Amino acid sequence: MIVKLWGTRGSLASSGPDTVGYGGNTASVEVTGADGTILVLDAGTGIRRLGAAIDPAVERVDVLLTHLHMDHIQGLGFFAPFFRPAGEIHLWGPASATMDLRSRLTRYLSPPLFPVQIRDLEARVVLHDAPDQPTDIGGFEVVARHVIHPGPTVGYRISADGASLAYLPDHEPALATTHFPAESDWTSGFELASGVDLLIHDGQYTDDERRARVGWGHSSVTEAIAFAELARAQRLVLFHHDPSHTDAMLDELTAGARETAASIDIACGREGDRYELAAS
Amino acid sequence: MFRFGVATMASRPIELILVRQLAAGLAVPTFVVDAEGVLVFVNEAAESLLGLRFDEVGEVPFAEWTTAFAPRTKGGHRANPATHPLALAIRERQPVHGPLRILGRDGIPRRLVVTALPLEGPRGQLLGGLAMFWQPSAQ
Repeated sequence: MIVKLWGTRGSLASSGPDTVGYGGNTASVEVTGADGTILVLDAGTGIRRLGAAIDPAVERVDVLLTHLHMDHIQGLGFFAPFFRPAGEIHLWGPASATMDLRSRLTRYLSPPLFPVQIRDLEARVVLHDAPDQPTDIGGFEVVARHVIHPGPTVGYRISADGASLAYLPDHEPALATTHFPAESDWTSGFELASGVDLLIHDGQYTDDERRARVGWGHSSVTEAIAFAELARAQRLVLFHHDPSHTDAMLDELTAGARETAASIDIACGREGDRYELAAS
Repeated sequence: MFRFGVATMASRPIELILVRQLAAGLAVPTFVVDAEGVLVFVNEAAESLLGLRFDEVGEVPFAEWTTAFAPRTKGGHRANPATHPLALAIRERQPVHGPLRILGRDGIPRRLVVTALPLEGPRGQLLGGLAMFWQPSAQ
């Protein structure tokens, strides 16, 4: 499978001269299978360029939402495949205990917040609750699990042809334990990330920022590394960069991360980065 | 192809993970059990009350923890494990509140009041339960 990052910023799109290196678009990741199956992980502002790059001849695209915070859905109305009459878009995401995904999404995709409603989209749109059992989507096997973040939020594990990806862009596993990392079976998201080839994980904060923002739903770079090591992920991509973190700060954070965790391959998520995963 | 869900990879439902952490921070003695009734956590306050250390005993199957503290009925007879408030809460999926008499591992008999709650996930699935133990009021 090929994984391409189209938006790696967290919380708020942050374009400007200080962020042009890693990019200012919010979360959106394209995963393409050997059979041509296309998965889109989250619909932040990065999905606009992603959608424009999808061949109009592609009939089906599956969009997997981790949760419905604005930085993960704001690009939905600008996703070109929604406006292709022959297309079929499958939207997956977490329901809440009282509302299904359509009802929850409609809160955003309706006036006054947005002029276009789901029923106005030209493609056929099919909504699904995020799969809590392994589910085949084209050549991929996908499973979702609820993880620690305010509101109903899932992470995804995606597998194909012996390769695996875990996507946990908004995740605060340290909130659930006094001493992090704790035992693996008591760690949020462990099941999704265990032994994956590529882990895309929340690394929004410095250690100081994290101490001031406990309970906000995000991890520090240090915690992202600890989680990746616990899960024995082969490679970690730091993701959901804080809007205030400049390219220079991200370079510094990444260099520090590599010094402290020599056993794991660490990258700082950058718009346009591409990873090819094969059986390990 | 990799198959998801093998036992060695399983982790607890997120709601149970959060309940355990909540219990760890409470001064009220608290038990947490999973959907099978296995005792998966006892907080420090409950350790003091029962005279045990959870780190030493680890997880305890239903049949063991429901009898381990010699629970007694109000009349002083050995209680049926199936009628333990936490067992009832899980079976009936209803909160249960009532008296309980036990014998701690330190050999000291105690009269308690138990509040037991079932834990259901977002799709209504049973995740486990928790029980909180209170000292009965003097009245």
